Amino acid sequence: MNSQNSQEIAHKDYTTLNLGPTHPATHGIFQNVLTMDGELIVSAEPTIGYIHRAFEKLAEKRPYYQITPITDRMNYCSSPINNMGWHMTVEKLAGIKIPKRVDYLRVIIMELARISDHLVCNSVIGVDSGAMTGFLYVFQFREHIYDIYEAICGARLTTNIGRIGGLERDFPQDAWTRIDKLLVDLPKGLKEFEKMLVRNRIFMDRTINCGPLSQEMAMQYSFTGPNLRATGIDYDVRVMNPYSSYEDFDFIIPVGTHGDTYDRFMVREQEMWESISIIRQALQKLEKLEDKTSFHADVPAFYLPPKDEVYTSMEALIYHFKIVMGETDIPKGEVYHCVEGGNGELGFYLVSDGGRQPYRLHLRRPCFIYYQAYPEMIKGAFLSDAILTMSSMNVIAGELDA
Amino acid sequence: MANITKAPAGFEGPGFFATKIDSVVGLARKNSIWPLPFATSCCGIEFMATMASHYDLGRFGSERLSFSPRQADLLMVMGTIAKKMGPVLRQVYEQMAEPRWVLSVGACASSGGIFDTYSVLQGIDRIIPVDVYVPGCPPRPEQILDGIIKIQELVASESIRRRDSAEYKELLASYGMQ
Amino acid sequence: MDAAFVSEKIKSRFGDKILADEMLYDMQCITIRQESLHDLVRFLRDDESLGFGFLTTMNAMHFPDAGEKFSLVIHLHAWKQNYRLRLKAFTNQDPPTFPTFTNLFPAANWMEREAYDFFGFRFTGHPDLRRILNMDDMEGWPLRKEYPLEDQARYDKDDKMFGR
Repeated sequence: MNSQNSQEIAHKDYTTLNLGPTHPATHGIFQNVLTMDGELIVSAEPTIGYIHRAFEKLAEKRPYYQITPITDRMNYCSSPINNMGWHMTVEKLAGIKIPKRVDYLRVIIMELARISDHLVCNSVIGVDSGAMTGFLYVFQFREHIYDIYEAICGARLTTNIGRIGGLERDFPQDAWTRIDKLLVDLPKGLKEFEKMLVRNRIFMDRTINCGPLSQEMAMQYSFTGPNLRATGIDYDVRVMNPYSSYEDFDFIIPVGTHGDTYDRFMVREQEMWESISIIRQALQKLEKLEDKTSFHADVPAFYLPPKDEVYTSMEALIYHFKIVMGETDIPKGEVYHCVEGGNGELGFYLVSDGGRQPYRLHLRRPCFIYYQAYPEMIKGAFLSDAILTMSSMNVIAGELDA
Repeated sequence: MANITKAPAGFEGPGFFATKIDSVVGLARKNSIWPLPFATSCCGIEFMATMASHYDLGRFGSERLSFSPRQADLLMVMGTIAKKMGPVLRQVYEQMAEPRWVLSVGACASSGGIFDTYSVLQGIDRIIPVDVYVPGCPPRPEQILDGIIKIQELVASESIRRRDSAEYKELLASYGMQ
Repeated sequence: MDAAFVSEKIKSRFGDKILADEMLYDMQCITIRQESLHDLVRFLRDDESLGFGFLTTMNAMHFPDAGEKFSLVIHLHAWKQNYRLRLKAFTNQDPPTFPTFTNLFPAANWMEREAYDFFGFRFTGHPDLRRILNMDDMEGWPLRKEYPLEDQARYDKDDKMFGR
């Protein structure tokens, strides 16, 4: 703080307001100590780390397949994307090639997770501006998506979906029925949600020009994901560095113009429509593939062999033992892989020394990196706008602190 | 004649109904608990699902969530509590007025969960007294509702003198609180 | 843009300061001397033909058994040419000290604080170098290999059951 600032502050009567770690509107626990001039914010001092669970240190003590449940708990609104990202990182390191059918199945799961994440974020923007009904309507669809996850892997929220080398089992018939039903119900539900908010005069007045972000600032603060795309830059990891056969899919990248809350809301809304389209395309592509049964790569060194083989064949027994005891031969090396998470580029920098655990796993968490810009974004804004800006940035505490 | 809830044991006569004051107060309290959702991580999202229309928490009387500890009855701690967050949780608990109950939702709040690390508090019962623990990672909404029902049973059967009793004061003293 | 182009441009400017330049999996990885890392990042960002304007991530590493105990790893991304790059600098200093990168990329602010918090790295010129995720009064650098993972204050763990 230079001397001119402290002179200003000495003259004026600023109040300090603690937007504390526990607050109904900060969805997640992080603290902001605001210096306010009446209702306008002069400066903000963020404090994070209230849910620091030492993921990077934990990962150094666990075998590779035991790290998946940890990655679940980063962005817990869309945990399948984190899981898939981690599996793809290990597959890149070990040089495992995944069959197309598995890629398409993974795409379906990841797009469902993206819809789930954006539904939370958009309905919560509604709640924070006073529109509670949208939240209740939209959570019904999240329940349907949870039912699909449950049919595939057994868990609702922290899914631990997939294995290194593919998926743990093929989708059951129940999952296909539910996905088809979702593709019929969700568009209707989204249209209803949009009718409530998108051209709503009150909502537009609240959110337009609220927390604007310029393209230069977004790039300097390493923004990614819908927050960056709302400023007009069309950076999407699925297009820049395609993974899991995303290059076979045809989708647009929605971008905004001003980078304010309304644009962020609309970008997420459009991305949900694009995700629905991607899931439809994936279903069609799966129909056309000759391979209709495989759900994992043929890598017995990393993927558990079927149980009846374990009981009858010697090699399968040895592989099973080695994998379960964590003595798989991951090659020495380092790799960086990124996926498009709900908030942007979720990166995994994995360094392996050939042992049963990673030597170092660094998680590139989008929330952590772009939350730095929050004090800049709310300078000079009203307190209520600051609250809306925070919820529109979709800051998830698990990803912020890790 | 609509039967809203089961009447407590008592002696009935023309125009009067005599029962223990504990039962009446307990009956009133248990059906109107105002929770304070202290949601920190993934269990908080399952709580949001419990609040939503499918698993509706409102039908148990908890329609009005209070984010201010001064107006809340039940502190629902959902999610991992790190050591940095411990003093905040304790301050929130101390600000609550008697009678107050604590529901610890999820493995992380009950015992530290899968995070046996240097930064995670291994269970909130190290700093505040807990009434009901709901295990799970995260627990299904039905499990959270089960926990709330157990809290309701505790509330209904509690004596109105309990908060002034020596036993309760000893419990608070063991946590360093008055 | 490809690896050969980048190597050429960097070699012509930094020559003997480059210690290694290899393709690891699908990413070019350049190791440079500790004192030249900041200049290299500035050159990569400002040069018109390179244009690495996006700082993807920055992290630190600890090698207790190696000759050079610490390293700082920076991932950069040039959007126009869609090219990613990894830079590394090793050092044996304790505490490892680098000039701050916040004058080049404001996003490096919290990344450097994270490296300070977990490994004890110092960044000269950083506006506010203090702990970010751990408690302010914590002693020790948690992600260094010698720091224990588990909560040392737990009294209810039965060592027999935990295989100790």
